Amino acid sequence: MRLLLPLVIPLIGAAGVALLHERPRVRDWTAILAGVAQIIAVVVLLPDVLDGHRATFSIVPFLPDAPIALRGDPLGILLLLTASPLWLLTTVYSMGYLRGSAASLTRFHVLVAITIAATAGVAFSANLITLYLFYEAMTIVTYPLVTFTGTKEAAAGGRRYLSYQLGTGIALFLPAVMLTYTQTGSFALTPGGIFGAEPAGFLPILTYLLFLFGIAKAAIVPAHTWLPSAMVAPVPVSALLHSVAVVNVGVFTLFRVLLDVFGQDAVASLGLGRLTLIATSVTILVASLIALRLENLKEILAYSTIGQLSYMILGIALLNEAGTIGGVLHLVGHSVSKITLFFAVGAIAVGTGATRLNELRGLGQRMPLLLGVFAVGAASIVGLPPTVGFVTKYFLFIGVAEAHQWLVLVVLAASTLLSATYYLRMVRTSLSPMPYADDGPGEPTAPRRSGRPVPSEMLVPIVITAVLTIVLGVVPGPILTLVRAATP
Amino acid sequence: MIQGAGDGISLLAILLVWPLLVAMALVPLRGARIIQRVALIGTLIELGLSLWIFVDFAAAPTAAFRFEEQLPWIDAIGASIHIGIDGLSAPFLPLTALLTVIAAAQTRTTVSHRQKPYLISVLTFSTATTGVFTALDLGLFFVFWELMLIPTFVLIKLWGTGPGRSHAATKYVLAMLMGSMTLLAAFVLLSVNHRTVTGSLSFDYLALLEVEVPAGLGTVLFFLMAFSFTLKAPLFPMHSWLPPALQEGPIGIGILLAGLKVGVYGFLRLIMPLTPGAFMQWKWLIAVLAVLAILYGGLAALAQPDLRRLIAFAGVSHVGLALLGLSSGNVDGVSGAVFLLANLGLTTPGLVLVAGFIHQRLGTTDLGALGGLAARAPALTAFALVFVFAEAALPGTSGFPGEFLAMLGAFREFGAPSLIALAIVVLSAGYSLIWLQRAFYGPVTRDPVNHIADLVSHEASLALAIAAAIVLLGVFPSIILDPAQPSVAQLVERLGTAADGLAARR
Repeated sequence: MRLLLPLVIPLIGAAGVALLHERPRVRDWTAILAGVAQIIAVVVLLPDVLDGHRATFSIVPFLPDAPIALRGDPLGILLLLTASPLWLLTTVYSMGYLRGSAASLTRFHVLVAITIAATAGVAFSANLITLYLFYEAMTIVTYPLVTFTGTKEAAAGGRRYLSYQLGTGIALFLPAVMLTYTQTGSFALTPGGIFGAEPAGFLPILTYLLFLFGIAKAAIVPAHTWLPSAMVAPVPVSALLHSVAVVNVGVFTLFRVLLDVFGQDAVASLGLGRLTLIATSVTILVASLIALRLENLKEILAYSTIGQLSYMILGIALLNEAGTIGGVLHLVGHSVSKITLFFAVGAIAVGTGATRLNELRGLGQRMPLLLGVFAVGAASIVGLPPTVGFVTKYFLFIGVAEAHQWLVLVVLAASTLLSATYYLRMVRTSLSPMPYADDGPGEPTAPRRSGRPVPSEMLVPIVITAVLTIVLGVVPGPILTLVRAATP
Repeated sequence: MIQGAGDGISLLAILLVWPLLVAMALVPLRGARIIQRVALIGTLIELGLSLWIFVDFAAAPTAAFRFEEQLPWIDAIGASIHIGIDGLSAPFLPLTALLTVIAAAQTRTTVSHRQKPYLISVLTFSTATTGVFTALDLGLFFVFWELMLIPTFVLIKLWGTGPGRSHAATKYVLAMLMGSMTLLAAFVLLSVNHRTVTGSLSFDYLALLEVEVPAGLGTVLFFLMAFSFTLKAPLFPMHSWLPPALQEGPIGIGILLAGLKVGVYGFLRLIMPLTPGAFMQWKWLIAVLAVLAILYGGLAALAQPDLRRLIAFAGVSHVGLALLGLSSGNVDGVSGAVFLLANLGLTTPGLVLVAGFIHQRLGTTDLGALGGLAARAPALTAFALVFVFAEAALPGTSGFPGEFLAMLGAFREFGAPSLIALAIVVLSAGYSLIWLQRAFYGPVTRDPVNHIADLVSHEASLALAIAAAIVLLGVFPSIILDPAQPSVAQLVERLGTAADGLAARR
């Protein structure tokens, strides 16, 4: 029953926010209260789950063999433990970012809360049908968030977002679910998998490929194109997509497929691990190379996300302990680091109007704090100590070495260099001196001075996530305990 | 509970004749408002009655028929007025009633002239369909089967919206009459076979179930009935009457004709139980045609420039899937098909309604002439989204459980080749999202779209009724699956016995 709370609390919060939309202050506090309640609801589940208990709860007896049912386990808790605090911070941040547009803030709070409820549903799904249901529900609720601004570009981006996600979900993911049932007679997500230790034939491989590319939220090339399209959304929505919920749900779903549908033994005997290593390596390289040539800050971050998601999946596909820990931990570490970057880019846009790389000039002088937190996030993505990104990279490299995947090692090294390059570009440009008016007429790199003071509702969350990025890097012990519990 | 012969008139009998009584009550009335009001109240009472019967049945589902009523009719040939329902027919009573309410209620905005005969036709069609779903006598079944023709012809011919309505109406009637002849021949042969075995003619369904059908005759009967029912369903390649009927006909008949798949019901009620041996022998043929229908219907829908034709071909594709489920002959496939039929009865009418609203406002449903509706008509768009999601079988809508079970059943029976049917998933997602995009999003290409009015509350309430049912069945599929379970199990067992007999003879 307690499993239901993380699904219900956001929905109650959404209802409260919608009802109170005429009184903005009360509404905002309701949204914050829901976020706090959500964190508590998730944390109280921790002790039992770490003790090895697996609570279950059946909501509706949906189809024969496939009830809509929940089951709490460490991996699910980990997903929610990442999502809940970041949801609270995003709520606070959005109050500053979307200030002045009362109606849209209500809409934002409501839609995000429903997305969080769907995340909880995915996290605790006891079987593939339940998982698919919440996965697609998330696609539909996030669509109005992507088209949030209502502009022509937003409509076009939203259309691509919806059709890629729904298209892959219906055409690939759903058939994969059906194929799984026809081969195993079960939808249940079971640690160790339901395919048995040594399945044979082409059909299991086909099923896996349908999962791999059908779960587009994990953004494996070529199923990644929806992510850049979604860049039309405002920054708090990007935070939700890239850090709080959407891509994490995609990677989490693939984790479930690898660990609880196929199981590491079947993955190994079918050669799916190697297949996944190839797909993720290609994704990492392609994303890094594209990011290198981009100018729009949010777009660079989007391609960076695509690459980073593949790191996580690659970690699991290595099929050894270090790799798996690195992959799962990276889900947490990337969320905290990437939300810092998005929050910072949003604050920069609000404060200076800069949205492109060359408009960052002079930022170091005008907003040293923002540049500082941005550098922390960037360092973590690149994998430098003392950030959490270093810890995950450390585990991943050990995993790759233990698996003797030397080619993958080269890919990881190359991509680290590439991401260091494009993040360094940003920092370097920010540190270069502000262009002056007498630099000459038509100076194209001048930042548009359309900024307003950055509200503290935005600054506080950025600082918190930046601090978290470092704290998790310096004291990774507690989170590693949970990660170890979540890995086989 | 009043039911059964002897203790009063059964509720089911009242349900059956009630629309006709309402139709008669309309005859002396004058004035469009009062006529519409009486028809609406009458159909709402019918809906309440049908829900009562369904809930009563679902509370204690059995494989045996309930609400039975038998009156003498033509003793000489062993035909009687015999009605009753089981789990295979029970869901279709409230569905028929709901669609009748909607077909009657939408006349307020879409039918501008001669509303009285229009409503009388709709009500007659309702009684005819309810009769088909409840008849337990083949003579009676045939009477109701034929009774569906007249109102359909009249509605398409007189109130059709397209220039080709006359042609469409004639095409429909001629196609159906062809099927009727083979159907009648099959019924007579069944009755004669009954006399050969027992010494007396009978058209009674329950009596005919008791009588063994010789293998050769079974095959003949199977093809005679299958011809009629595939024509009505319609199954590819016998579908060509449906697109013009939908495109040229008025919304009212579109809702009823496209929503109530009596042809597939014919397979379920008559072919499978009465000629189980032949069905098991020839089910591969049905499966092949079904898969072709899925592919052809889906591809044709992708290519349609007109929304109403698109809906018709999408229907052809989904009927293919329902028949594929039936042809599996196992519990998953058959219950999936039953659920699919209920879903088609909601989704297709929902889409026809949306198309009707668009046609009434813009005078066209040509996709090229639409575009940009979302910004002008948000309520219409919201309902279209729900119906499209159900059409694309998204979980949480009624589209999902039936499609899923039907495919599962097919896979268990036919193995890997049945995976071709997964194409329906891709195709339906394709044409659904494409038409959604062309009609509702994208730039406005024609000026009238800029001045389009959104749904008025009266229209929205009709769409809401369908949308609510779609979500309800999507979340609680057991509403239909549980009551159907005993009947499905019995039917599957019957097929299994016949298949064993077939194997033994070889």
